[in-house]
Amino acid sequence: MNYFWLSIVVTVYLTIVAFLAIYGFRATKNPSDYIIGGRNIHPYIMAMSYGATFISTSAIVGFGGVAALYGMGILWLVFLNIFIGIFIAFVFIGKRTRRMGLNLNAHTFPEFLGERFRSKSLQGLSGLMIFLCMPLYAAVVLMGGAQFISEVLKINYEAALFFFTIIIALYVIMGGLKGVMYTDAFQGTLMFIGMLFLFGVTYVKLGGVISAHEQLTGMKDIAVQIFGAKGHTGWTSFPKLGSEIWYVLVTSIILGVGIGVLAQPQLVVRFMTVKSDRELNRAVLVGGVFIFVLTGGAYIVGALSNVYFYNHPDFHAISFLAAGKQVDNIVPLFINTAMPIWFTTVFMVTLLSAAMSTLSSQFHVMGTSIGRDIYEKWIGGKGSPMLINRIGILIAILVSYFLAWGLPHFFEGGTAIIARGTAIFFGLCAASFLPVLLAALYSKTITKTAVFISIGTGFVVSFFFLAFIHLKESQPLLLCKALFGVDTLAGNTVWQIVDPIVIALPVSILALIIANRFGKPLDKKWVDHCFKEVE
Amino acid sequence: MLGLGDFWVSAVFVLMILSTVLCVVYGAINWNKGGEPTKLEIEEEQRWDKEEREIEEAL
Repeated sequence: MNYFWLSIVVTVYLTIVAFLAIYGFRATKNPSDYIIGGRNIHPYIMAMSYGATFISTSAIVGFGGVAALYGMGILWLVFLNIFIGIFIAFVFIGKRTRRMGLNLNAHTFPEFLGERFRSKSLQGLSGLMIFLCMPLYAAVVLMGGAQFISEVLKINYEAALFFFTIIIALYVIMGGLKGVMYTDAFQGTLMFIGMLFLFGVTYVKLGGVISAHEQLTGMKDIAVQIFGAKGHTGWTSFPKLGSEIWYVLVTSIILGVGIGVLAQPQLVVRFMTVKSDRELNRAVLVGGVFIFVLTGGAYIVGALSNVYFYNHPDFHAISFLAAGKQVDNIVPLFINTAMPIWFTTVFMVTLLSAAMSTLSSQFHVMGTSIGRDIYEKWIGGKGSPMLINRIGILIAILVSYFLAWGLPHFFEGGTAIIARGTAIFFGLCAASFLPVLLAALYSKTITKTAVFISIGTGFVVSFFFLAFIHLKESQPLLLCKALFGVDTLAGNTVWQIVDPIVIALPVSILALIIANRFGKPLDKKWVDHCFKEVE
Repeated sequence: MLGLGDFWVSAVFVLMILSTVLCVVYGAINWNKGGEPTKLEIEEEQRWDKEEREIEEAL
């Protein structure tokens, strides 16, 4: 790699980010600008920001590597990301959230729930859940970004982590949501261009769409020979029903991420940043194409990399073996060997953008959770709303930074815990918030009691499965080992590989329905106010 | 189909493209729909602006 050009590209990139951050800072006049972008964000910016927040580096590099390992069955996740994550989310959740959010004068996701069900405690507890669980998710992205910078620029990891955090901290604290969304849109555009190029060139290099697929299909016997015992049937066919790979692919990756995305607070809040339904209609177009290129591109390129490495005289092996059995190294290795040198530089910035756009939104949502939801609304603290939220964001950044820096320092398993942070946060969020969010938007008869019971049940069941049953999280969390002397209570049964969302989400829905028989319905006048011009 | 190995992967490849087309067509058809702020939205916006200004001034 040419370090001279890399330095120039990174400098130009950071200069544009700085310019957009200053622009966001200048456009931020009051707390509503700072927390919710003044409800006046352009549809392109909103859609790109939604997409760029949604797609982190791990979605490109990590899941691209998973696609290289498990094959194109993972494209079901792309379908769900587009159909549920964009179409259903914007049309059936986004529009109602925006209108109801306006009726309720809600600025954050917890505030939306708290106002809808007239409970400051609900707002505070939801904010607390976000503030307690999200730093682990932010730490994953922070560590990934810092490791990536330290490898590319050949600098010390801790120095990379420090400066990376400082840069993001500056523009999130200064510019609020406007700063975050303007930079997100720029970073999203870079991600789109980078991935579109990678996607197109990969197909061209392998002789076109059909030819590339046929070559990969032709490698079926190799896949069966190496991974057949675990249920692999080839890279262009779905794994064997009920096999280990099938459970991981269907429950953890396709359902866990595909459905889990619907109740992400940092994404839901974006629906409330636009002025009217028209902006959301336009954002559906932009968002659909963005997610198709970003996720479809990463996963198809990941799967097809097997053909490239197998035909390459230096490797003559499938991607997993070519990358030294390191799934996360597959996509970077493919880019380094298959793409032109200049593109390696461009792709570095693409990945940097993916990490920064996700992190900035995480910091912002955690900060407003502690500043607005917990301190201002739940505890009733006084002070300048802008300052409170800025301090909240600073605290969120410090906690995430400490986790990314400190956990691996304190004990060996620290890195492994952080690596599962995304799954833990997605699982807890989906099980706790999704049924309640849908009920808030579509049911006029839901009681406050049912809401509390559903959130509590979803959280507890999800946490139990994460800490004691699902091996991938229970092993690094060490709680099960400490209490029961084993890594999982599931023994050798299939439950140790079934994602917690498959159990926790239905239980949480059931809890909401059953508990709705108890408690007092909300005042009809208030419910009518919430639903004014919503239906 | 499309050089892919089985029905499930071929089906999702098509579904993935169709869902993107759905987003594009939906966005294009409704490009200018829903743009006018409702009376309620204007009222809420004015009330909200006023509240925020009062808080800021009070502080």
